Amino acid sequence: MSDAAHAHDDHGHHAHPTGIMRWLTTTNHKDIGSLYLWFSLIMLFTAGSMALLIRSELFEPGMQLMHPDFFNQLTTMHGLIMIFGVIMPAFTGFANWQVPLMIGAPDMAFPRMNNWSFWLLPVAGIMLLGSFWLPGGAVAGGWTMYPPLFIQGGVSYDLTILAVHIMGLSSIMGSINIITTILNMRAPGLTLMKMPMFVWTWLITAYLLIATMPVLAGAVTMLLTDRNFGTHFFNAAGGGDPVMFQHIFWFFGHPEVYILILPAFGIVSQIIPTFARKPLFGYASMVYATGSIAILSFIVWAHHMFAVGMPVSAQLFFMFSTMLIAVPTGVKVFNWVATMWKGSMTFETPMLFAIAFVCLFTIGGFSGLVLAMAPVDIQLQDTYYVVAHFHYVLVSGALFSIFAGIYFWLPKWTGHMYNETLGKVHFWLSVIGMNIVFFPMHFLGLAGMPRRIPDYALQFTEFNQIATVGAFIFGFSQLIFLVLVLKTIKGGAKASDRVWEGAQGLEWTVPSPAPYHTFETAPVVK
Amino acid sequence: MSLAQTDKYYLPQPSLWPIIGSVALLTMAVGGVMTMHEINHGGWVLLAGVAVLFFMMFGWFGEVIRDSEAGRYNKQVDSSFRWSMSWFIFSEVMFFAAFFGALFYTRVLSVPWLGESDTMQQLWPTFKAAWPTAGPGLTADGLKFTPMEAWGIPAINTLLLLSSGVTVTWAHWGLKKGNRTQLILGLAMTVALGVTFLGLQAFEYHHAYTEMGLTLGAGVYGATFFMLTGFHGFHVLVGTTMLIVMLLRSIAGHFTAEHHFAFEAVSWYWHFVDVVWVLLFILVYWLI
Amino acid sequence: MTKHAATTTQNKVERTGDAMKSMWQRAGVMGAAWAASQSALAEYAYNLQVPASQVARDVFHLHNLIMLVCVGIFVVVFGAMFYSLFKHRKSVGHKAAHFHENTTVEVIWTVIPFVILVGMAYPAAKIVIEMKDTSNPDMTVKVTGYQWKWGYDYLNEGIHFYSTLATPREQIDGTAAKGEHYLLEVDEPMVVPVGKRVRLLITANDVIHSWWLPAFGVKQDGIPGFIRDSWFTADKIGTYRGQCAELCGKDHGFMPTVVQVVSEEDYKAWVAKKKGSAQAAAADNGKTFETAELVARGEKVYQGNCAACHQANGMGLPGAFPAINGSKVATGPIADHIKVVLNGRPGTAMASFAGQLSNADIAAVVTYQRHAWDNKMGDAVQPADIAAARGGATAAVAPAAAAL
Ligand code: HEA
Ligand code: HEA
Ligand code: HEC
Ligand code: CUA
Ligand SMILES: [Cu+2]
Repeated sequence: MSDAAHAHDDHGHHAHPTGIMRWLTTTNHKDIGSLYLWFSLIMLFTAGSMALLIRSELFEPGMQLMHPDFFNQLTTMHGLIMIFGVIMPAFTGFANWQVPLMIGAPDMAFPRMNNWSFWLLPVAGIMLLGSFWLPGGAVAGGWTMYPPLFIQGGVSYDLTILAVHIMGLSSIMGSINIITTILNMRAPGLTLMKMPMFVWTWLITAYLLIATMPVLAGAVTMLLTDRNFGTHFFNAAGGGDPVMFQHIFWFFGHPEVYILILPAFGIVSQIIPTFARKPLFGYASMVYATGSIAILSFIVWAHHMFAVGMPVSAQLFFMFSTMLIAVPTGVKVFNWVATMWKGSMTFETPMLFAIAFVCLFTIGGFSGLVLAMAPVDIQLQDTYYVVAHFHYVLVSGALFSIFAGIYFWLPKWTGHMYNETLGKVHFWLSVIGMNIVFFPMHFLGLAGMPRRIPDYALQFTEFNQIATVGAFIFGFSQLIFLVLVLKTIKGGAKASDRVWEGAQGLEWTVPSPAPYHTFETAPVVK
Repeated sequence: MSLAQTDKYYLPQPSLWPIIGSVALLTMAVGGVMTMHEINHGGWVLLAGVAVLFFMMFGWFGEVIRDSEAGRYNKQVDSSFRWSMSWFIFSEVMFFAAFFGALFYTRVLSVPWLGESDTMQQLWPTFKAAWPTAGPGLTADGLKFTPMEAWGIPAINTLLLLSSGVTVTWAHWGLKKGNRTQLILGLAMTVALGVTFLGLQAFEYHHAYTEMGLTLGAGVYGATFFMLTGFHGFHVLVGTTMLIVMLLRSIAGHFTAEHHFAFEAVSWYWHFVDVVWVLLFILVYWLI
Repeated sequence: MTKHAATTTQNKVERTGDAMKSMWQRAGVMGAAWAASQSALAEYAYNLQVPASQVARDVFHLHNLIMLVCVGIFVVVFGAMFYSLFKHRKSVGHKAAHFHENTTVEVIWTVIPFVILVGMAYPAAKIVIEMKDTSNPDMTVKVTGYQWKWGYDYLNEGIHFYSTLATPREQIDGTAAKGEHYLLEVDEPMVVPVGKRVRLLITANDVIHSWWLPAFGVKQDGIPGFIRDSWFTADKIGTYRGQCAELCGKDHGFMPTVVQVVSEEDYKAWVAKKKGSAQAAAADNGKTFETAELVARGEKVYQGNCAACHQANGMGLPGAFPAINGSKVATGPIADHIKVVLNGRPGTAMASFAGQLSNADIAAVVTYQRHAWDNKMGDAVQPADIAAARGGATAAVAPAAAAL
């Protein structure tokens, strides 16, 4: 890295800090990308362990391992950490590593702010996890934080609200950085409609984040003042309405779920053409579909609230608008399939995860569509059917795309090929395990098992037991992934610069591993 | 001041400021929670956090200013600043949108619902829905307040802020023409108007709390009133502080007719705060 | 299952003029056939519960229809994908084609899904309208969610009671064998006559709960301070079970909704009986009790209403719910103790019990708390003291939600 550093400006002679200080003070997009990804992996194991505890308690009817309140704490923290601590940081980590490499920029637009965006996350993490040891334990009101239940709790509830503020700050700064980088630092000739799909999806995701995180901040601020400063936003006695929180929350929350999936679409859209050795079928329509999903995502929020009792007209409006999202999402699915069609496919681990993504995400999309039908949702809202739905889109959707992306770019980052056999074992165990956990949950939901309960009636026993077994298979196969990543960093076959035969794009023109500074002189794209 | 801009995008060296900022926020959050739960020394912890945050801001922004003065920010960096400031203001717009949304929702939806059909008959039999209100429960418990009148201090404040928008623009013209006196005078007037606004608002709040029974606890009217005007007031405070920094930097001769994005960013922000106020004036004060 | 298919057809006859009839028919028949093939297992273990009202039945069929369409699309799309995965792989020597960007294709796969969606939206919209129409009820019941029980007020009959989980603690802790209706049984179910249109006015006292009865296709959140309505007409006599469907705190999983559908005559008899016991309870409020009587009665009230939080041993749960054993309130001035129970502590889980418990019960539970465990205060409270503490009628009438 030292050569590169010399070239870049008059500060280049300063010695870079080493050891822990390197990571605390770094302004390098690759360092920061790695920090995000490591943070995300640690949180995956943390929140995943909570999931395994949840599944253990649910292995059979009756209370075996824990107190109901602790169960609710686990559910809440599992949800919060998986979303804010695993998926979002992982995608931001990808953006940090890949966006500058893919658009031929020397770094992110604001390297110092980039560092801060990351180092706010551990702060929020400490606040969230630390609250388990406070009197009364961690928050137990669900990741959706609905009042008045959320008004009742103790110290950890305020700590969680402030943690959400801090994570929001981190996301907003991170997104401003990414948007600015994309809009302002593309290599000459790289027009918007030539950008890789991953960059496009992140551009739109960043827009969603900037538009919605402040709204979440506003919502939790009102919770905070209702709890501590005597306001009555969510209390009918003062003219407020608990349901108002839900409207504001889901105005953030629904775009949020697309924040959790659009970058996944981007990753998969990079991988499938590479291994099909064929260009993406409809680049332009993919871009437009992503944009439409983002726009529609702002007008569908109340499909999470069909059971609160809205007027008929609202019920119908939100049902129709929600169903509409299936159209652009379908365009994406069809495009991926059409890209594979008549390709020359090989099935390395990234491709396997990408294919599983397309197939299993669609199952999650379909169950989403079932939920979008307001009358059916009346039966299914707050049941395990919803749990099944969102784990299909989040685990086999977002999480699988993250695995796919790691396998895809790890050789570029480390300079080593990962162990393909280990990768395939990880893939198959994950796919099988994942379906064993979450498929039976559809049946549980249909049969009437509510979510967020620590104990259940006898007729739900079998499917719960299957799910628990699956959860352990799925959970423990992630240890393989951990081992694989560590091994790849330590050594392994030397990766070529292009790494994959069908790889296209600027990131494959730099050496593997990518040097500390890349594209200090912008490449020219024709 | 140097304008030796390079063609390379400026990449700063590793920096300690962000991690100091993180420590500051952690301390503030813990201190804040301790204060809210009346745990001993919470206030001190909070204050310590704020102190560290200020330290960080001085350090960090100082470095940015030095980088700028050293001519490290070329055209492309300048354009990055413009994009980022625009998006930042957009995020602020959405933050206020949450509270305006709450005002709309309670006023147009939830309060009328509380006063009609089954909800009223079964739960709040004596409630008459009308805005402004402290809500059925608090009203039944005897809570009374006077709503804030638009054509007193708020109207004066509107004039103050609108003229401050003019003075800051006038200062900008001065800067572009290279007329330092106009720049400094314009900024000084803007700062003065901002400070006066804050003073009047503080007076209004005091009056509301002591004489009108209008508090944060006065139902949704009080809650939305103070949250909206309070967050706005906080933004005026931040804006005024930034304007003061701009004033000092202008006096120190930092800005040139071509290169002064910091000044423009602050004036964008100030105009944004202005627009929010006009909305507030119409929706919160005037149309009650 | 044949029985069910029969109801479907019959119900179709009733819905003459239904434009979606053929679609309904197909879906109904296919759905029933599919379900029937599974009937060796528990009834409908792979689908929604057996419907027992028209709305639930409509929802059931709608779900089947949507499921079938989705499965159809899935098979087509992934049939194509898997075909490609096998045929167009490098290892079988397939060379990559280079086509891309085709507007016609893009338009086709935008329009077709859209048309399918319109086809789904139409029947769904009809059911939404049907569900939301709560006009012309035969009777109206107000349902209030509490942490953690349901309160029922029969507005026309003036009957009022609470419905609490009846499963014994031992079954939950695993020290006794679990019964057939484990967690789905209550001490007093809601009782309604068969075939009558019942309108529900749903609300809650403390936090949001959700009254859910799968067999009737009703799920409606109870929002504190607001009334939302819903309705059902039960087809058949029997007992129907559901659960609270909105996270409402620690015992959210232990808050079943049970409805007993009875014949018109049985319903009349039940109403008469209920009215009788209400009079007896009202009489209690005028009595003066022995301390021992109060303690014994108070223990019952405590177990039913307070032990969920403060625990049977009075030790509470540190950090969440304070101990009553040794509490300053329960060993301090009696008036303050009564005040806490009557008014609750706003902003905490401690709700006001003024609207939930009679004067006799409050007197009993306060006395009990002051006698039990190590508290041993020895004093007693009479219903008359509670009446005095309420200070007239307001507290008894004002909705408990006001104390939030
Ligand atoms: C990555 C996250 C993600 C994604 C992408 C989605 C996507 C969708 N979701 Fe999901 N959802 C969640 C995460 C996500 N969701 C979460 C976390 C919750 C629960 C929150 C909580 O309460 O805790 C939830 C809950 C949720 C609900 C509320 C359920 C309830 O609580 O009662 C609903 C209801 O409408 C819904 C609908 C949808 C729909 C219609 C889509 C659509 O975008 C899906 C579109 C995709 C397809 C339809 C498949 C592909 C399309 C084709 C192949 C074309 C042809 C298809 C047809 C013509 C049908 N979701
Ligand atoms: C991206 C998000 C995401 C992901 C990846 C997951 C992953 C998993 N979730 Fe998640 N889940 C949510 C988001 C997510 N979840 C959300 C938002 C909710 C709603 C919360 C709410 O209701 O408020 C929820 C709720 C939820 C419930 C419902 C709880 C309830 O309603 O009470 C259940 C129940 O089974 C569950 C299970 C699982 C399982 C088994 C996994 C598995 O995939 C996890 C796999 C496990 C691991 C990856 C960990 C491996 C650990 C080890 C092998 C141990 C070794 C340990 C160390 C080295 C420390 N989740
Ligand atoms: C939903 C949970 C819940 C239920 C049910 C409940 N309580 Fe409480 N109770 C609380 C909580 C929480 C507090 C503490 C409130 C606070 O923080 O001030 C409390 C406080 C009290 C106190 C004051 C204790 C002290 O030392 O401050 C008394 C007395 C009391 N409850 C009596 C009762 C009685 C009697 C009942 C039943 C009729 C009951 N509670 C039912 C949650 C509950
Ligand atoms: Cu009541 Cu959940
Ligand atoms: Cu949604």
